[in-house]
Amino acid sequence: MSVANDTKMNGARADAKLVVDQLGKRYGSVTALEPTTISVPQGELLTLLGPSGSGKTTLLQLICGLTPASSGRVIIDGRDQSATPVYKRDIGLVFQHYALFPHLTVYENVAFPLKMRGQPAAEIVRRVGEALDMVHLGHLAERFPRELSGGQQQRVALARCFVYQPSVILMDEPLGALDKKLREHMQIEIKRLHRESGATIVYVTHDQEEALALSDRICLMNHAKVEQVGTPREIYESPKTAFAADFIGISNILRGKFLNGARTTLNTAFGNFTVPAGSACAGESAALVVRPEHMRLGVRGDNAIKGVVTEIVYAGSETRIIARLNEEAQLTLRLPQGEAPPRLGQQIDVSWERDLAVLVP
Amino acid sequence: MTTTLDTMPVSRMRSRALHPYWLAAPGIVFLAIFFVYPVLKLMGLSVVGADNSFSLAAFSRIGHTDVYLRVLAVTFRISLDTAIYSLLLGYPLAYWLAGRPDRQRGKLLIFVTVPFWTSYLVKTFAWMIILGHTGVINTVGTQLGLFGQPLEILHNRTGVMIGMVHAMVPLAVMTMLPVMTSIDRRLVSAAQTLGATPVRAFWLVYFKLSLPGVTAAGLLIFISSLGFFIVPAFLGGRQDTMLAQLIITQVQEMLNWSFAGALSVLMVGTALVACLVYDKFFGLSTISGGTVRENKSWLRQVGLAILGGVAAAVDMIAKPFGRLLGGRHILSIVSWTIIAFLVLPTLLVIPLGFTSSSFLEFPPPGYSWQWFSTYFNSPVWISATVRSFGVAAATAVLATCVGGLAALALAYGRGRWSGPIFAFFLAPMIVPRIVIAVGMFYLFANLGLVASNIGLVIGHTVLAIPFTMVTVAATLKTYDTRLDQAAATLGANRLRTLFGVTMPLIKGGLVAALLIAFITSFDELTIAIFVSGGITTTLPKQMWDDMILQLNPTLAAVSVTVFVVVTSLLIIAERFRRSSSQNL
Repeated sequence: MSVANDTKMNGARADAKLVVDQLGKRYGSVTALEPTTISVPQGELLTLLGPSGSGKTTLLQLICGLTPASSGRVIIDGRDQSATPVYKRDIGLVFQHYALFPHLTVYENVAFPLKMRGQPAAEIVRRVGEALDMVHLGHLAERFPRELSGGQQQRVALARCFVYQPSVILMDEPLGALDKKLREHMQIEIKRLHRESGATIVYVTHDQEEALALSDRICLMNHAKVEQVGTPREIYESPKTAFAADFIGISNILRGKFLNGARTTLNTAFGNFTVPAGSACAGESAALVVRPEHMRLGVRGDNAIKGVVTEIVYAGSETRIIARLNEEAQLTLRLPQGEAPPRLGQQIDVSWERDLAVLVP
Repeated sequence: MTTTLDTMPVSRMRSRALHPYWLAAPGIVFLAIFFVYPVLKLMGLSVVGADNSFSLAAFSRIGHTDVYLRVLAVTFRISLDTAIYSLLLGYPLAYWLAGRPDRQRGKLLIFVTVPFWTSYLVKTFAWMIILGHTGVINTVGTQLGLFGQPLEILHNRTGVMIGMVHAMVPLAVMTMLPVMTSIDRRLVSAAQTLGATPVRAFWLVYFKLSLPGVTAAGLLIFISSLGFFIVPAFLGGRQDTMLAQLIITQVQEMLNWSFAGALSVLMVGTALVACLVYDKFFGLSTISGGTVRENKSWLRQVGLAILGGVAAAVDMIAKPFGRLLGGRHILSIVSWTIIAFLVLPTLLVIPLGFTSSSFLEFPPPGYSWQWFSTYFNSPVWISATVRSFGVAAATAVLATCVGGLAALALAYGRGRWSGPIFAFFLAPMIVPRIVIAVGMFYLFANLGLVASNIGLVIGHTVLAIPFTMVTVAATLKTYDTRLDQAAATLGANRLRTLFGVTMPLIKGGLVAALLIAFITSFDELTIAIFVSGGITTTLPKQMWDDMILQLNPTLAAVSVTVFVVVTSLLIIAERFRRSSSQNL
């Protein structure tokens, strides 16, 4: 993994397994995906994260070739595959609804890609056996897909994809149809498969928790373009936009205008706040992002704000307090264990250290 | 105290409440008397000799007469060929329709349903005008110099096959389409991402999954074709006589019941064998939309191997033409051509109804209303038309009541008898009409119902019941039965729920059923040939008699009228059916 120097990545890199170069899609006057450039190194699990309509599924469809691109190139292993038809692209796609062939058994489903590639019979038997063992389904080989549970079906779909060791594996919200418990279990399963196989995976999801749990890097998308690319930690701790801050985890976002030319103080509807040292932001207005765990009760930090407690949510390991700032705005803060919560309706002061906030445009 | 008083009547009512299956009882009794009994009776007559004793003379006569054996062979051959050609034409059209967006498909479907419901007489009449020695094709062809001599395409096997396939392609499409629309097309994409070429992905996945529809359509077409007589009578030559024509002659001219019974046994027997073979290979339940059970037998392995071979072979052949065949436009063009083949012949009759000539020449030299005025001033035609309307209206009401109740019975009484009851109500659609008609003729002759309107209504109701049952059942399928439970919790009893909640919501389906039953009766010829006669003739029967005598422009005017009536009713029925399913 080459996470450290990924932040300055632009265009193609020599060790990249998959490079998407200025890839875009338009339907008439509607832009489904702005020209996008991403590079995925060998063995990385990259998630495409974003709300519905953000272009993440379009990007996936363009990479595998099911949808023809309007512009740009797809490069796999250094070779331009833009004109290669789907079935020759050497890409594996795991569908949201599994897309298992209902008329074929589990075994035949997994053997399908090997047969299409004209593998010898003995080789097919061996590799299908290995793939089914890898997902712990060897004992169900003769069943038909409809005889399996949702989780089992998804594992067959994974086996069918891993069995022919494609250069790149694409997954389109593969856990979207499963319930929460099973989803978390399958996330661990996918992490294990990824580690054991060393496969390069591009994974589409709209679930930020899933993205945080799985990814080596996250590619955050919004309005048909890439918002930010980085490790989960980078995106959580240093969001580059208010959207990134809002989409990943809970954020308190305070919008305002700079008070002076030095751009060290932001004037908002709730007061003037100093911005973190060394942060720069062009333009007249900006927003401060403060995570709930950085907010504290009482006047203890550089910046303070007043609110009225409207909700106290006990969530086991933590207690969240929601306080109303004015008619429209509220903030969330996380109370560490052991600290006594305020009463409902109580007037409270909330404060934070200047440098724990993040300034975004 | 109060609680016991309150619960008592409820529990008693429960135990006394009739099982929903009782709703099917009127239909079962009706069909038992007027369908099962006459058909079995007719088949029983086949083994009754001249002196009322058991005799296999009729069968041995068939077995020892070359002419009859030839007719059997011809019937089998024509039916098989019709099934094959109809599937070949129907498949691309159904595939294309299945790929259209839902709304668009609903609109395009009219090009299939209108030819499906257009009277066989009208369709056959159209082909006679088109294929004849001085018909449309030959006139246009020789004028353009495409061929020097007129083509011989009428009164021979070519003519029969054109007419039969034209009549059966709509059935093929309508049977295959539901199966195809239920196929998840993403599976084909999935196969391609796994390395299958588009051609192999189609054969190994889409075609395989559409097979239940294909085979079911093939079976239905084969069975329906066995009983055809209109098309071979008018479009075929002496060599193309089919079994049903033979039965008609035996009954009408010879009054040889035993022989007609034996021929019917052969026809029903062939249909039954076809069903059994089908069941062995594919399972009969797939016809009524049941799920396909993949078994793990050697049969499946052989099937998959054959499919793999076909896929590989087509893939190899298609490779050089890849771009050419893969194009979506090719499919559109092919589909529209097939639609033109289905629709245009009938439309051709319309200008002929308004011709100013005394002959059926195309294009008409001029236009006039004279043939409509001949039609409307002819007491024979008018009385036949009035009778057809009356009989059709009565049939519509009777068949919708009986079939609708059966559909309700199946919707509410989901038990192990549902399958057999459903099959029983569909049976009049499967048993060749000619057999039903002859059996009914025998029964009515004994009851004195021949040449009576009541006899016609009873006969047509038997034929219409499967359609009304299926139409209402389709509406009920999308009906949320929790609404009934909601009505019950709000204090409505079963009867009030039925009339206050269920009926208003499935109204569209009921109206559609009424109209479909009306069309079935209005178009019906087979039963009319036997049961109506003399002064009580119906419109199709009058057309049949006229067509046997001589083609004339009055027939074109009548055809236009029938076509317009049926098509308008069909479009209205479709409106109601759709509005009903949108409400639910």
